[in-house]
Amino acid sequence: MLTAAHLFTLLPLIIVGATAVAAMLGIAWRRHHAGTALVSAAGLIVALLLLPLTYPAADSPPLMQVDGLAVMAGALILLSALVTVILSHHYLTGYIGPREEFYLLLLCATAGALALVASDHLAMLFISLELLSMPLYGMLAYSFRAERSLEAGIKYLLLSAAATAFLLFGMALIYARTGYLDLAVLAGALTGAPDLWMLAGAALMVVGLGFKLSIVPFHLWTPDVYQGGPAPATIFLATVSKLAVFVVLLRLVHAAPVFSSEWLQTLVTVLALLTMLGGNLLALFQANLKRLLGYSSIAHFGYLLVAIVAGNALATETTGVYLVTYLVTTLAAFGVVTLVSSPFGGEDADGLPVYRGLFWRRPYLAAVMTVSFLSLAGIPLTAGFIGKFYVIALGVAASQWWLVGGIVAGSAIGLYYYLRVIVTLYLPEPGMRRRDVSNDWGSRIGGVTLVALAVAILVLGIYPAPMIDWVQGLSAG
Amino acid sequence: MILVWLIVIPFLGGLLCWYADRLGEQMPRWIALATMLFVLVISLWLWVTGDFALPQGGQSQWLLEWRTDWIPRFGIEIHLAMDGLSLILVALTGFLGALAVLCSWHEIGHRIGFFHLNLLWILGGVVGVFLALDLFLFFLFWEMMLVPMYFLIALWGHSGSAGQTRIRAATRFFIYTQASGLLMLVAILALVFIHFGNTGQLSFSYDVLRQAEVPEAVAPWLMLGFFVAFAVKLPVVPFHGWLPDAHAQAPTAGSVDLAGILLKTAAYGMLRFGLPLFPAESSAFAPVAMTLGLVSIIYGAVLACGQQDIKRLIAYTSISHMGFVLIAIYSGSELAIQGAVVLMVAHAFSSAGLFILSGQLYERIHTRDMRIMGGLWGRIPALPGFTLFFVAASLGMPATANFVGEFMILFGTFPSAPVVVVIACSGLVLAAIYSLILMQRVHFGPEYRNGILAGPDWREYFMMLTLLALVLLVGLYPQPILDTTAGLASLTAELFAGAPGDQLTKLSGEVR
Repeated sequence: MLTAAHLFTLLPLIIVGATAVAAMLGIAWRRHHAGTALVSAAGLIVALLLLPLTYPAADSPPLMQVDGLAVMAGALILLSALVTVILSHHYLTGYIGPREEFYLLLLCATAGALALVASDHLAMLFISLELLSMPLYGMLAYSFRAERSLEAGIKYLLLSAAATAFLLFGMALIYARTGYLDLAVLAGALTGAPDLWMLAGAALMVVGLGFKLSIVPFHLWTPDVYQGGPAPATIFLATVSKLAVFVVLLRLVHAAPVFSSEWLQTLVTVLALLTMLGGNLLALFQANLKRLLGYSSIAHFGYLLVAIVAGNALATETTGVYLVTYLVTTLAAFGVVTLVSSPFGGEDADGLPVYRGLFWRRPYLAAVMTVSFLSLAGIPLTAGFIGKFYVIALGVAASQWWLVGGIVAGSAIGLYYYLRVIVTLYLPEPGMRRRDVSNDWGSRIGGVTLVALAVAILVLGIYPAPMIDWVQGLSAG
Repeated sequence: MILVWLIVIPFLGGLLCWYADRLGEQMPRWIALATMLFVLVISLWLWVTGDFALPQGGQSQWLLEWRTDWIPRFGIEIHLAMDGLSLILVALTGFLGALAVLCSWHEIGHRIGFFHLNLLWILGGVVGVFLALDLFLFFLFWEMMLVPMYFLIALWGHSGSAGQTRIRAATRFFIYTQASGLLMLVAILALVFIHFGNTGQLSFSYDVLRQAEVPEAVAPWLMLGFFVAFAVKLPVVPFHGWLPDAHAQAPTAGSVDLAGILLKTAAYGMLRFGLPLFPAESSAFAPVAMTLGLVSIIYGAVLACGQQDIKRLIAYTSISHMGFVLIAIYSGSELAIQGAVVLMVAHAFSSAGLFILSGQLYERIHTRDMRIMGGLWGRIPALPGFTLFFVAASLGMPATANFVGEFMILFGTFPSAPVVVVIACSGLVLAAIYSLILMQRVHFGPEYRNGILAGPDWREYFMMLTLLALVLLVGLYPQPILDTTAGLASLTAELFAGAPGDQLTKLSGEVR
């Protein structure tokens, strides 16, 4: 039964949900863009502030497990959602049509992500995953007058539905075999060697989650959806959605022994190799920045899959550190794209030529972008290097030499396109340009956020000890 | 603390240059010059006041040391230390850095502040490489200095024939070095975790990891991980693909830094990390390394003979010279290792001289193609004379520093590997050929065009005369450098004791 203590533990989730309701009522009463954005941001901040109070929880609410991993992931989700809200306000200011509903969708999806990372039961997992995905369809198709955005929404809807089918089938098989849906009990019930049905069920679940993580060969939707969706929706998809799904995958692997059986490990190893190489190779000749970032995020989750394969004590910590660095970096990189595309003007500014010579027009914005791309490439003194260091260390410690080789090869290939983007920023300007950031971008809240993210990337890269301590403390619990 | 300042000063200076761009065109140049001279003065002061006696039992081999915790989770420290070799190379960095600022005084006309930011950050990274003793920190600086170098080549480089080549050259440089660097990172991590498995202590410290007991099956692979990273940067022949293009497209300051200092980080890495961490494996690997060195010497020299682009020619000669350094490092002889240090210094001076001269030629005749030079001896005052001098230094004429280095290397290696030395000597003959080809095609022969060109101004005279004086000084009296590095050389030679090099140690002891 739910007790008052349980409700207190759930407080961040409840507040995000309540904020969504408030936003909805606000829209019904009187539309006000800035007001809605402000309420959403305030709700997320309050939830974020309350989050540390809920940990360590005496006992978790039914169907959920509020442990260190959930709190860590929750904090990252709320932060990313907050940044997305800020950038959305910037982006939607010039949007023709209703603007406020975007925040409503975003808050619902955030609540879904918060529940997903804490779910301890397959039913909870499924419901919260859908709560995360459904609003995303709407967010991706939000500027539905633009053809690509609608295409992105529908594509994501269809493929997501297919992935859900896989996931459900997998759960059904596991349930048929064991009779349990509870992760904790599931782990205890399976002491013997897993049989074919269990393996098939687990593999199907991995495939279903792999769709959401856009692991090669289930990645085909990624570039189109990243390119077509409005920039803030893409940010949300690349950060919050991926993070939550990855955390739940990690939880599954830790909880149920079938996921760490040798056969499934080999499968994930192959998928990881395919993903890191495939993502990087496909990005090689992209001229569209959003597609390029999409492929790059595919590759990054390929690196991170090492944590799933290794599955030892260091794996959770690696996941935490890598996700922190990935989030800061991705938010900054997509943030620049959002800012250049703001205010909304039909299509996003995602062609590489738009960014040519950015450094000589907007040095600080270009510096933010340079830092974030260096971090994506994993160059020392940026956060990305710490993440990559952790993943390689994990691979070496677990003696996964194939994966380590894959990371090295993938990073070498990746450099090529990251450098191509970076150097474009510094090339002389072409004679004419189509779009540009407004002059006062730096003094607006979106610009300030971006600069703060870039500073965070550098600080995490130069002095990562506090972040590592934080992650280590939470992943031990 | 002074070691920290040596690293931080160039970085701060670089930022200052970027801001100073608004205060006028000359401002960044003066700031950059002052910064590098500051580094030079500090290191020279350390040299004068330092005590470089051979470390006696129990005494630290470091002249200065500074350490503090950084990432305690992995036992990573900020651990800086300086001995004779680091000191010489840091001083060299300061000197060539100042020279690089001077030689780009007129060459770089746009985005001056940002140019000097990149230049100084390269130098800061290089100083970091020379001082870092924690393996994580070393790797960090090793990779970090690539980014500004990339910008230097990609943004201020010379466009080759087809529009985008400088960016391609820069990208290739970056990918070669970064990918090989990651192999080193993997090797470092494997070493750390093997040590962790043995003792339960997680540490990246140099002193700790030297004691690590690596299983025999793994050790050669780890040694190779380090070797490949250093071999790419040195460069050794199968890994040299990035060098000629990078040199040909880089601005003069970039070439000076690249040839003068960045290549030396590789030799330094081998002496400081590669050999001491894996002494037995390195000694077993020595024949292969020496063969690669020989291939580099011959291959670099032969290809240098066939180049049309003057900077590519000099780039290939670098490959050849670095082959000698590689042989010396793996010879296990104290004399040869000291010779390698002298040759590194000498090569920094002579190749910097040649690159600066080709930059000055480019400013006057706007080409680096030797087919359309010819007969410049009569058309430019003074410059051809300087060229003759540095060419002579590069081919190892007695009285120049290069002669001392090469002689010591060959003499020191002979007892252990006579065949190698005999073959390497043929490289000297080839050196004479390519040097004379350069001289002949640029400054003698029929005049391609007529008319007198401007002679060097005071700035150019100053650079050339300083380099000339240094080459002669080291060539005639190399003892200060030998005294400074004696400690390191004897320690390194001891590592090979038991291997073919040990009778050599005694021999070189008598010579000294």
